[in-house]
Amino acid sequence: MHDRTVNQRIQDFSEVSTGMTATDAKAEAERCLQCKKPLCVTGCPVTIDIPAFIREVAAGDFRKAAAIIKEQNMLPAICGRVCPQEVQCEGVCILGKKANPIAIGELERFVADEERTHGMMMPQKKVSTGRRVAVVGAGPAGLTASAELARMGYHVTLFESLHAAGGVLMYGIPSFRLPKEIVKAEIDAVLTLGVDLKLNHLVGRSVTVNELLNYDAVFLGTGAGLPYFMGLPGENLPGVYSANEFLTRVNLMHADRFPVYDTPVKRGSRVVVAGGGNVAMDAARVARRLGGRVTLVYRRREEDLPARIAEVEHAKEEGIEFVMCANPVRILGDQAITGVECSRMSMCELDASGRPEPKEIDGENFTIDADVFIAAIGQGPNPLLIGEIPELTRGKRGNVIIDENGHTSMRKVFAGGDVATGAATVILAMGAAKTAAHAIDRMLREE
Amino acid sequence: MKILYRIEKSQSLADKVHQLWVNAPHVAHHAQAGQFVIFRIDEKGERIPLTISAVDGDSIRVIFMTIGKTTTHLARLSAGDHIQDIAGPLGKPSEIVKSGTCVLVGGGVGTASLPIIARAAKSAGNRVIGIVGARNADLLILEDEMRDACDELQISTDDGSKGFHGFAADLLKQTMAREKVDCVWIIGPAIMMKVTAEATRTAGIKTYVSLNPIMVDGTGMCGSCRVIVDGETRFACVDGPEFDAHKVDFNTLMQRIRMYQPEEKESLEKFQSHACACKGGEHHA
Ligand SMILES: Cc1cc2nc3c(=O)[nH]c(=O)nc-3n(C[C@H](O)[C@H](O)[C@H](O)COP(=O)(O)OP(=O)(O)OC[C@H]3O[C@@H](n4cnc5c(N)ncnc54)[C@H](O)[C@@H]3O)c2cc1C
Ligand SMILES: Cc1cc2nc3c(=O)[nH]c(=O)nc-3n(C[C@H](O)[C@H](O)[C@H](O)COP(=O)(O)OP(=O)(O)OC[C@H]3O[C@@H](n4cnc5c(N)ncnc54)[C@H](O)[C@@H]3O)c2cc1C
Ligand code: SF4
Ligand code: SF4
Ligand code: FES
Repeated sequence: MHDRTVNQRIQDFSEVSTGMTATDAKAEAERCLQCKKPLCVTGCPVTIDIPAFIREVAAGDFRKAAAIIKEQNMLPAICGRVCPQEVQCEGVCILGKKANPIAIGELERFVADEERTHGMMMPQKKVSTGRRVAVVGAGPAGLTASAELARMGYHVTLFESLHAAGGVLMYGIPSFRLPKEIVKAEIDAVLTLGVDLKLNHLVGRSVTVNELLNYDAVFLGTGAGLPYFMGLPGENLPGVYSANEFLTRVNLMHADRFPVYDTPVKRGSRVVVAGGGNVAMDAARVARRLGGRVTLVYRRREEDLPARIAEVEHAKEEGIEFVMCANPVRILGDQAITGVECSRMSMCELDASGRPEPKEIDGENFTIDADVFIAAIGQGPNPLLIGEIPELTRGKRGNVIIDENGHTSMRKVFAGGDVATGAATVILAMGAAKTAAHAIDRMLREE
Repeated sequence: MKILYRIEKSQSLADKVHQLWVNAPHVAHHAQAGQFVIFRIDEKGERIPLTISAVDGDSIRVIFMTIGKTTTHLARLSAGDHIQDIAGPLGKPSEIVKSGTCVLVGGGVGTASLPIIARAAKSAGNRVIGIVGARNADLLILEDEMRDACDELQISTDDGSKGFHGFAADLLKQTMAREKVDCVWIIGPAIMMKVTAEATRTAGIKTYVSLNPIMVDGTGMCGSCRVIVDGETRFACVDGPEFDAHKVDFNTLMQRIRMYQPEEKESLEKFQSHACACKGGEHHA
């Protein structure tokens, strides 16, 4: 709604959107019809009482608004920024039928930012149950499960293999969309509940499966961090990255500030990104900020781009060139990448997802010069730990199979988030974790 | 609130070769032969992989060559200093089975990985022959420890200043001519592993190498460490680091290892011009 100018923002990694002022927020909140049967709530995977919090915003009681949101969502400053609102809460808001839906995401973000700057509220905690639960992975799923369980009086040990908690929120989503201070503040709020965070612990290696299964219950939130490559000739040439690697080098390791920070990254002058989701948009916009001329190649049509609409618009404003209906077929170069050969795609019959299936058109290949290529074509569930627990039933794509309560095929073991669904969204991961936490509570109370 | 990992002992072993003992119970209690750790010295540091070379109680030992910014900085730290992050143990343990006679060949600092493998191979019931190669006698490391861990130890130097005058590969060939060899580990610089592994190829002896591609997370999440083994892309940090020597595409590995040479040079020069001699890195801003 309030974005910094393009010329300003492509020079740095500060947040693109500056958010709402209190006056804006109240004015927007007053537009809400306070529906008796609010559709917006049905669009929110964690069923926040949206009209109730908006009512408080309109009344100017931002703290109360925050408290209402936090009953359902521990990480509102994050969700307000990264939820695909257009297909969730805002997508079904009744006002959207005629004009603009209420900017629910922006309001949520505003309320959370207000709370953070004025001191976070501590949630209520129940007395200790004396039971121990292990949570694996400190992404949105693991953090949410930990917070819920800690509030219900469980002693939670949260294992994270990286040196920072946050999962994709820290290493994947760039700070110009999600400032890292905000992620850290929301993580700290979870930790103040008494969650014991153990960084640098790769479960399956630093902690054995047997040690893990010694806890009274286990929640797996290990995400979908396994990057897919395209299997192209030349894919291992220097200068060819997975989006995960490129983004991790910059977001987690701060390669944009090399050599002040020690981790380098190739600053391409001519960058090609393959893919059309949020990950591809993020990689393209990071490469743009590192000074490159960036082309995004996607095999389907523009209307099929799975990224959030706001990200596509921002990417375009920032000068990223979009080449649709094209697919890389070969990386060119001898000692390092020099270009990317692409084929044109035609849109044929509808495929299983109901979209036209892209098919290569023979003889229409073209080449884009490039010194950096980033594959952002998707990720699979991280196989390391779940591969070491043969008793876990897994789906075709390597995902852990869970029931509606987040229960896996093993009695004490629950899972949620990307490890169960494949690469999805922050709020779905959080919703699943919450469901699983309550199922764990029920199981342990019945024991 | 954050745990830091305390350096118990810091010592130079040879020119540009350094060892650190660091307190890291979560690694020490689970480490097995062939695994590695990832160090990040401080907030601005890079994540670098180092092989776990020995374990004692809550502590692990790493031995490294000072070649760039991070290893130079590490070598300047002393007992009582701290490392901010140590992740591990990472990677798959060495595939050790009872197979008869195992020959372990170390080149340069690669020798650091051998004692722990030697002990594991021996306790699995193998006869273990160590071959340690270095450019010259001054660069030989862990001789006593290897002598203790192996049934037999052979030494080679490129200049003949100690032991056999020539390459470790020559000693391996001599050993193979002399007796039946059932499995071989070769650990050292990529080019040394590539050349030495040829010695066992035609004889069809099971041979392992430990690959050292550039890594970031070390948990299978980024693909920086991808290597080609048997025509397939594998992630060395989770599928390795040890692989069948005869199936590794060493040329791709060597090309990828050189990827950041200009940046590494810049980083080291900056470090050396900014850091005061006593405490590395504290002044780099
Ligand atoms: C670049 C990018 C942009 C995105 N943009 C958006 C967006 O705008 N909106 C949106 O809703 N979603 C977005 N997503 C998707 C969203 O981030 C994920 O769906 C969400 O993070 C999944 O949460 P999770 O907790 O399941 O997994 P993750 O966030 O992946 O966290 C898993 C954590 O587990 C750790 N771990 C894994 N294995 C182990 C182990 N064995 N031991 C210990 N720790 C382990 C990992 O290190 C990681 O920290 C984006 C994803 C990416 C990559
Ligand atoms: C599994 C594994 C185990 C290893 N064990 C040892 C060991 O026991 N002793 C030892 O001396 N070395 C070991 N290495 C190599 C060691 O990681 C590099 O020497 C170190 O990263 C160099 O860092 P630097 O900043 O000092 O040098 P830089 O100037 O950054 O790099 C010098 C060279 O080191 C390599 N390198 C740089 N960054 C990385 C990185 N993040 N990951 C891997 N290699 C890199 C590159 O080939 C580069 O050209 C191991 C590597 C791997 C993958
Ligand atoms: S959590 Fe996401 S879907 Fe739910 S109200 Fe907030 S922005 Fe909308
Ligand atoms: S559907 Fe729209 S107008 Fe109705 S309560 Fe929800 S936000 Fe307000
Ligand atoms: S180092 Fe990232 S996948 Fe191996």
